[in-house]
Parts: sequence; C-alpha cells; structure tokens
Amino acid sequence: MKHALSLKIGPASFRIGSAWRQPVEALARLYADYPTPVDEVADFTVRLEPAGLFRRWFRPSIYITGDHGLADAAPMSLAHGLLAAEMGMNLQMALGWRRHLLLHASSVEKDGRALVMTGESGSGKSTLAAQLGERGWRLMGDEFALLDLATGAVFPFPRLVSLKNGAIDVLAAEASPARMGPLLAGTAKGDIRHLIPRSEAVGRMGEGALPALLLFPRFGHEADIRTVGQGEVFMRLTQASTNYVALGEPGFAALTPFVKNVPARAIDFPSGDDAVALVERLWEELA
Amino acid sequence: MSARLLVRALRDPDGVTALDARGWNDLIAMARAERLIGTLALRIEDRPVPEAVRPILSDARLEAEREARQALWEADRAAEALAGLDVPVVLLKGTAYAAAGLRAGQGRFIGDLDILVPREAIGQVEHALLRAGWEWVKDDPYDDAYYRQWMHELPPMIHAGRDRMIDVHHTVLPLTARQTPDAGAMIAEAVPITNELYMLSPEDRVCHAAAHLLADGDLAGGLRNLWDIHCLFDEVDADALKARAARHGLAAHVGQARRLAAALYGEGARLTVWDRIVAARLLARDGWGRERRKLLRFAFYLRSHWLRMPLAMLARHLFTKWRKGHRPA
Repeated sequence: MKHALSLKIGPASFRIGSAWRQPVEALARLYADYPTPVDEVADFTVRLEPAGLFRRWFRPSIYITGDHGLADAAPMSLAHGLLAAEMGMNLQMALGWRRHLLLHASSVEKDGRALVMTGESGSGKSTLAAQLGERGWRLMGDEFALLDLATGAVFPFPRLVSLKNGAIDVLAAEASPARMGPLLAGTAKGDIRHLIPRSEAVGRMGEGALPALLLFPRFGHEADIRTVGQGEVFMRLTQASTNYVALGEPGFAALTPFVKNVPARAIDFPSGDDAVALVERLWEELA
Repeated sequence: MSARLLVRALRDPDGVTALDARGWNDLIAMARAERLIGTLALRIEDRPVPEAVRPILSDARLEAEREARQALWEADRAAEALAGLDVPVVLLKGTAYAAAGLRAGQGRFIGDLDILVPREAIGQVEHALLRAGWEWVKDDPYDDAYYRQWMHELPPMIHAGRDRMIDVHHTVLPLTARQTPDAGAMIAEAVPITNELYMLSPEDRVCHAAAHLLADGDLAGGLRNLWDIHCLFDEVDADALKARAARHGLAAHVGQARRLAAALYGEGARLTVWDRIVAARLLARDGWGRERRKLLRFAFYLRSHWLRMPLAMLARHLFTKWRKGHRPA
C-alpha cells in the first residue's frame, strides 16, 4: 500500500498499510521508541482503506480491515486515523491471536507480580492502569492481558494507552506533554487522546509476570469491595476473552489455575484517587 | 501483483525457502485472504522457514485442526438430529473431505455444514432440524420465498446454541441454472463414511465442486475451491469421470476445472481465452490481501446472477434487493 509501517508490541508484530499518509505518520511519531521490526515477517497485516469509491479524497473516510476484519465495521473519519490504526491492530489480536489466552483486561506489574483488571468499557480499568503506571507500577497494557498457556504468567501488550473523555485530563496532569498524542475529538467513544507508556513499560514489553490479584473495577459508584466466587470469576473471564472458545482445551487448562489461585475482588470507586488508594491497599493485603 | 505467489507456493512448497521477509508478508496475507493459510502451512510442513514465520504456520495448523474437529462435531449433531428419518444424509464439501480424511481436507478452512438430502425428504429434514435447535437466519420474507422457490438449498439455518450454520441442499445448482445435474443419481451412488453419514462418489465429488466453482457464484474463494478440485482429481478414474460429467451435463465445466487446476496447481495445461479470463479473476489478489481488478470482479458478480436467472427475473430480483438497501461489495 502507499504508506506503510511495521510495529512490534509485546509478542505480536504488525504491518500497517494505509491509503493516506497521516495515520502512518501519527503512528511513527507515537511509537518512535518502540523496537522497529527491521526486515521481519509480521504476525498480522492491518489495512486502512478508503471506505468507498471516492472516499480517498472526498470526505475521506477509513475502512479498517486486514488479515481479520468485520464486514459491518463502521467507517471512520480520516481525522481519527490514529484511532483507526489502533483499532485495526486490536481487531487482529482479538480475532487472530492464538498464542496466549487473550483477556480483555488491563494489567500492571510490581515486584515481578501482576495485577489484572477486567471490566466492560467505561469501568475505569484502562484509566486505573494508566494512573498506576505513572505511580511506581510497570504498565503492561490497558486493553489486552495475555495469559501464557503453559506457565500461567501474564504477558504485556503495551500499546498506546487510549484515554477517553474525563480520563484525558487526569493523565495529562501526571504525564509529560511529549508523551501525549493529539486530541481526537468526537469519536464514536467520545474524545480520545493516546498516551505513550513510560519507557520502562516499552523496554520490558517481552517480560511476563505471575498474576497475584484480579480486580473487577467499577467507576462512578460509592466505594465498596466485594468478594467474587470462583464460578463467577470463571464465567466473567471467559466472557472477557476473545479466544477462549477457539483455544479449546488449552484455554480451559490455562484459565482454571488462574481462577483457583489468584484472589479476586470487585471494587467500586467514586474517583480515580480513591481507586488508586484502594488498589494499593488490596495489593498489600491480598497479593 | 497477483496471487501467483500463493499458487506457486502451494504447487511447489520447496520454493518458499527462497522468500525474503517482504515475500513472506505477501504470501501470508494472500493465503489468509483466500482462506488457504491452513493448507499452505500443511504443504510447507517442516521446511526451513524464518523464525518469525514458524509460529504463524503452527497457529494455522492448530486452527485447521480445530476447524475440522468443530465441523465433524456439527456433522455428528446433524446426523443425530436426522437419525429417526431413514433419509440418507450426504456430507458435501469441506466437512466431507475432513470426515473421509481426503487430501482436499488437509488444513482446509470449513465454514458451514453442507448436506445433501433427497428433495422429497426436504420437509421432514427441515422439521427435524428445527426441533433439534436450528433456526432461520433470514428474517426477510422475500429472501425466504426466493430460496424456497428457486434455490438448490433451504434458506440457511443456524444452531441457536452452537452458532454454526447448516445448508441443506436438495440438488446441486439453483433450479434456474442452465445445467441440471442429477442429484438423485449422486445420492444413489453416494458412499458411506460412518453408519449414518455418506459422501459423494469420487467422480461426483469432482462434478459437484466444478459445478459450484464454474457454473454458479462469482468465484469468490475460488482459489480454495480449485485447490479442492486439484486434490479431488487424485482419486478419480478419467473415463468414469468423463461419463459421469456428461450425465450431469457438466462436461464443459469439469474440463475447464481440469485445465485450470493443472495450470495453477499442477503440471500446466493449454488454456483457452475463457480459461485465461477465469484464471485472471481467480488470481485477483495482491500482497496486502486486497482484492484487485475491481471491474473483472464486478463482471463475474454480474455473471453469477446471469447464470442464476433469466433476465426479467434478474431485473426484478436486483430491483427488490436494491430497494432494500443491498449494494454489491
């Protein structure tokens, strides 16, 4: 394709092709400190194509596809090209990755052990992971946690953190402006700004950690902590996994010890600062 | 750039060892787009490949295994649902190849379960499947009526619990097609795979695959279907095939399928002008996995409709679909 770039994020590598210059330039700037796969074969191809016959030039709009795609994916404005590229990579992982059990979860690491947080979009798991990543934890990923099928370790997928709406100002106050991407206003999920993970998170992106605590965060509620039974944990993690069914027995064999051995809590919190304190406390008590 | 790279790799897997990173990226994207990555991975076997390629191919092999396991389970469920009817159930396409362990099934992507049953039993079969948990996919009355009046299969059904589709065929081609292969004869000559399930005879397998590739549809996924045919030729007797193809009115299609398979996957063949046009359509894919030759593709899309229905009917059909908001891809 006319404009192309290769990226390596955690264990996965991507070849991204685009009909336009802008998305590739934005990626190149924000992923500048990531290792470049030189002359390497990519695990996945991502394509950003014009969404219709004249959509390259006239009201340019992007159809996101690649090795794996969704036929009914909504076209996106070229102004949101960076987001489109990120979504394209996520799509390949969600539909095509088979080397780990893929959990839709954020994760951070401290002292060689991992904290995994899962929940629906808007639960605050991504923001919480980003905040912890600024305060002494190593950010492993804000979107996918990769559970190793043999060892049970969690491996990082530290792509750019996708900050939404209120979370943008929270993190902009903590991180240096050079680590913030452009403001993408008015996307389908509201305003979005990307945050480049700290250099330690990028430098150690090949390093896994054994999971020590699982949290189900929920933002915007009175502070509360509840225990979650193993049956419920199992069900919620299978729902949070995009490839649990596809992996078959190895997926079950990897998830079972995780559910049995990792303490789990559901936490509600009214604000980010409350949440960080709550998480630090639970980590001291349980992990 | 065309899919020749993929075709060459399938024909002569030794050649892949000379590919550079760019070549591998192109080959993998094409193979995924044509749903031939599992087949390719099995063809390459344990030949030396770059470090980064190895896990991609082993993922593809595992995926193919899962694909076959899931397809066989679906066939088993359908056999169970239809067990009381005393109707022969003939597996078609990928599921049949996998169930019988044919070369065409090795690494093959298998989508829906396709079965062939006698036309007079179609009502019973439909009821039995509905009772066993399958349900209609098309909620549009026009589509439903169209299938029932003109197609060679029931409207597709999906299993509510397992989310897998079944296509129940009662003949080979749409009732409006120019050729009328003898589905009754195919069922009569079918060979058993298990106690409940059958597959077509070797010659009928080629006839069926050639009819679907060349007398129906727009050649989407054609490289995969042609690979099937290339492998299916292994098991047929040339004279028996000739007689069988003539009986089904498919002699020309089987002949063309043989030439195309030999030209792309085998020892080569002399191609007619029409063969070359079909081959160009089959190869219309680039190293990013994108569809190429949009006009040629569109021409084959139009042809697929032309094959299926007389002009007045086609006009009415396209107008109805257009009013409902359907646009060709």
